[in-house]
Amino acid sequence: MQPFIPGLTREEILRYSRHLLIPEVGLEGQRKLKGSSALIIGTGGLGSPVALYLAAAGIGRIGLVDYDVVDPSNLQRQVIHGTSTVGKLKVESAKAKLLDLNPDIEVDIYNEPYTSENALRIARDYDILLDGTDNFPTRYLTNDVAVFLGKPNVYASIYRFDGQASVFYAKEGPCYRCLFPEPPPPGLVPSCAEGGVLGVLPGTIGTIQATEALKVLLGIGQPLIGKLLLYNALDMSFDFVKLKKNPNCRVCGPNADIKELIDYEEFCGVPSHDHDEGSAGADWDISAPQLSERLKSNHLKLLDVREPHELEISAIPNAVNIPLGQLAARLSELDSAEDMVVFCKAGTRSARALELLVSAGFKKVKNLKGGINSWAKEVDTNLPIY
Amino acid sequence: MATLKIPTPLRSYTNGQAEISVRGANVGEAMNDLVGQYPTLKPHLYNGDGNLRPFVNLFVGEDNIKDLQGVETPLAENSRVVLIPSIAGG
Repeated sequence: MQPFIPGLTREEILRYSRHLLIPEVGLEGQRKLKGSSALIIGTGGLGSPVALYLAAAGIGRIGLVDYDVVDPSNLQRQVIHGTSTVGKLKVESAKAKLLDLNPDIEVDIYNEPYTSENALRIARDYDILLDGTDNFPTRYLTNDVAVFLGKPNVYASIYRFDGQASVFYAKEGPCYRCLFPEPPPPGLVPSCAEGGVLGVLPGTIGTIQATEALKVLLGIGQPLIGKLLLYNALDMSFDFVKLKKNPNCRVCGPNADIKELIDYEEFCGVPSHDHDEGSAGADWDISAPQLSERLKSNHLKLLDVREPHELEISAIPNAVNIPLGQLAARLSELDSAEDMVVFCKAGTRSARALELLVSAGFKKVKNLKGGINSWAKEVDTNLPIY
Repeated sequence: MATLKIPTPLRSYTNGQAEISVRGANVGEAMNDLVGQYPTLKPHLYNGDGNLRPFVNLFVGEDNIKDLQGVETPLAENSRVVLIPSIAGG
């Protein structure tokens, strides 16, 4: 049965006139877009331009999945939100912006974490999935859902100045797991919350993602199926590599043994969010007020494992700085007999530093829970939070 | 010597270097030379049994070494090896 292709109203013909003038789109293509649907997982850095451009392009129904609220630190890159929507649900903030841009489309919102329990139900009724998530577990989940439902997964990912994009469509080419059968070990690859990201980067990569989605939905051009784009903003380089289907792929290969969704947090060993408030576990953590008390009576060594440029933002007096990446090579500078508290921005890197110190025989170490940001919230409120 | 491109997340282990000249007739030898130059990189790229970790994707030119001869893939003087990272930011 042919899918129903809706007609365009007089107003829509005017709105989309620049599309109608392109022979590759034309009236038929625009009607196709109106009859199509796209699910955008994540309304953050990538989800912002993706949603804006797909809404502007006239995709008839757009689904948005996110459970976060808009934070001031989002606005450097998440251009779908605004200062006036800080504190509001991201899906509601985004929906309002999309309907202002294009009131003729339908926007469905899912204010819930995207999990193995709800993902198939949510994704089932969409033609195409767009992965704009910020963590490994949700990326593997998004891939597996797309494979099981036989839908294209338009992938993009970013870090600092680097971006990647591809179209993973197991019916016609490789899937995400063909390239990355396993996630990296927890802690090796910093998230944007830890390592930062150039604000315009998701704009560049997200618009490529939106472009690919439109090409797939229209059936035009050569989508990035079987190809991975590697972008670096500093070099302004666009490199492509070829991707092939992995015959041993556990979800899309001929002998696939993963037939249903799994526990992705367990598979990746990390939580499915990019909030960076880290803990080393109750036995190893010390809170900012506790640390403040102990500093009044005891001598404690403070070890700051952030990068040197972060010290210009905020610092705790008398702390010694050894960035996490150098710690293994500089252990001889530390005395394992001394009481020590390790900290970073929010507690994630310091938790890893603590693991490294404990495995090297340090026993009198604690992790500042919530990092220097919690110190800034609870002890020295003159310090900025970043 | 071949050139090996290091992705941003691993550059903290290569003193910030983005491209490293490596010696080796094949990819395996070049990787050994790399971790010889930057020993703290080794545990991130290799398992305890000395094999490259499954998430490490190496491409020579446009092709994944898994589609060529794996770590035996020969390198020429001007070969460019790219280490493609798993990144998850969005």
